[in-house]
Amino acid sequence: MNKEKNMELRELALRVREHIVRLSTDGGCFIGASLSCTDLVVYLYSEFLNVNKDNLDDPNRDYLFLSKGHDVPALYGTFVEIGFLEKDRLKNHLKSNDHLYWHPNTNIPGIEFHSGSLGHLPSVALGVAMDCRMRGQTNQIIVITGDGELNEGSVWETILVASAYKMSNLTFVVDRNQFQANIRTEELIPLESLEDKFSAFGCNVKRIDGHDFYALDETFKGLPFSNDKPNVIICDTVRGKGLPSIEEQALRWFCNFTHEEVDGLIKELHGVEKAIITSEKLVVR
Amino acid sequence: MNTYEELIKKTAVEDERYVVMTAENRAIVRSLPPILKERFIDTGITEQTMVGAAAGLALRGRIPIIHALATFLTMRAFEFIRTDVGIANLPVKLSSFVPGFLSDGNGPTHQAIEDVSILRGIPGMQVFCPADNEDMLAMLPTIWASPHPSYVRINTRPATNFKHDPNFEIGKAEVVSKGTDITILVYGMLFEQALIAKDLLEKDGLSVGLINMRSLKPVDEKAILDAAENSSTLVTLEDHFKIGGLYTIVGEVFLKHKVMTNVVPLALDEHWYRPGLLSEVLEYEGFTGAKIAGRIQKAVLVQS
Repeated sequence: MNKEKNMELRELALRVREHIVRLSTDGGCFIGASLSCTDLVVYLYSEFLNVNKDNLDDPNRDYLFLSKGHDVPALYGTFVEIGFLEKDRLKNHLKSNDHLYWHPNTNIPGIEFHSGSLGHLPSVALGVAMDCRMRGQTNQIIVITGDGELNEGSVWETILVASAYKMSNLTFVVDRNQFQANIRTEELIPLESLEDKFSAFGCNVKRIDGHDFYALDETFKGLPFSNDKPNVIICDTVRGKGLPSIEEQALRWFCNFTHEEVDGLIKELHGVEKAIITSEKLVVR
Repeated sequence: MNTYEELIKKTAVEDERYVVMTAENRAIVRSLPPILKERFIDTGITEQTMVGAAAGLALRGRIPIIHALATFLTMRAFEFIRTDVGIANLPVKLSSFVPGFLSDGNGPTHQAIEDVSILRGIPGMQVFCPADNEDMLAMLPTIWASPHPSYVRINTRPATNFKHDPNFEIGKAEVVSKGTDITILVYGMLFEQALIAKDLLEKDGLSVGLINMRSLKPVDEKAILDAAENSSTLVTLEDHFKIGGLYTIVGEVFLKHKVMTNVVPLALDEHWYRPGLLSEVLEYEGFTGAKIAGRIQKAVLVQS
């Protein structure tokens, strides 16, 4: 990846983050986890996945499954920027005249499967990967999980099976933002060493800075890491990335800001000045 | 076509869309791996992963027929069935082993006696309980060819002397006989005992109808309403908890159509059954033909 492309992706990610911040009012959204995976999602749709407006029904397309569904604002924002979704539809967030709500659903073009209950899409993605391989396809199946989501036994169950079946066309990407809901993962159910856990389950594992487009590009373009194991890419990220006012704060998970606070956060996003957040309405879901 | 295994083999060999999956229960699909090759998928003891992967395969146009013991398939993996198969309304075909009384000596961990109740609560999910092997083989081709997700209580017990109607239709019951005193509504393996009970009651001079409720969802409302109109008393007979199964289904039909009649529920009322060989279970729990006939006699006497 060259410098120009890196700059282009950074600008694109900034616009996506702006969409996310604007969704964090009038009902709010899971802003923290959406901002942590924004660079990853932007990178995948812009540079890696063979998915575009014209091939959404092509069985040979690449698949992305967002298993930790509450970060769907990152998809909404990215889909607006790459033309899957009309920008005006973001105004319909949480309205019953559209299908933009707190978790992904297939009424939104580009969303492959609904999610919301954690630990489901690794297995759904496994089924898709099995069929693609049966048909001799070489497309990539990517499933993004949260780190808290790794508490779910079904994730590990599926990794066992994926390893047994040598699913090298399947990649589990972990948005390792260190938090689950309103608590640090390592304070609740410690996950480290994650590389060792996935390796022990039979996967090829790489760990990178999930906000570094160069690292994302180098790593994803190396897929599959071998032809006999599932792939795991652990992306170390910062929850709330881009907004120092909320970054890495346990209680800034689901946020429903006032319009004034959103205006302030947009300025903060662009590095103008730090936002003033007085709202104490921290909705814990 | 005499066995489940022969039928599933033929179905999958003739149509590439079918994928056979199991969570390490191969008893009645044992010969399939070398024939179906990669279209036979054993996920090991992972009911959740099997159901999720089945949804993924169905998303790609496959029709997965998936196998596990009834309790683990329907309850361990319930949320995956509801969320991945149900919400997306994908044609995943659930085949459950040893449902109801058929888990005989296993004990309550293996007793799927709430499966009908929980599965029929999923929008779009169809529920079928064949009376015996012959009935099942008549039903499965239609069930597997339908675009809906489905749950089937696998029942490989040999057929009785009764010859089933081979023309199975989804949503249609099989009316074995009509009777003015009593009509027994039954599904699954208890059909055999219901036939015996019917003979015994007829010998006592009662006019007895019998209906094989092979399709529980969608259910044959007309068959139930006709029976209510023509018989003084209806009996719902099932190896299932009283809550949520056929007794409840019949109640829902009557409420909908504003019908009030005598209904005697013969089901498991708030208890798991005493484990043992099937014949022991039926005897102890009061579900042999003779015991069923006796319980019906008694209930009718109380009513009259």
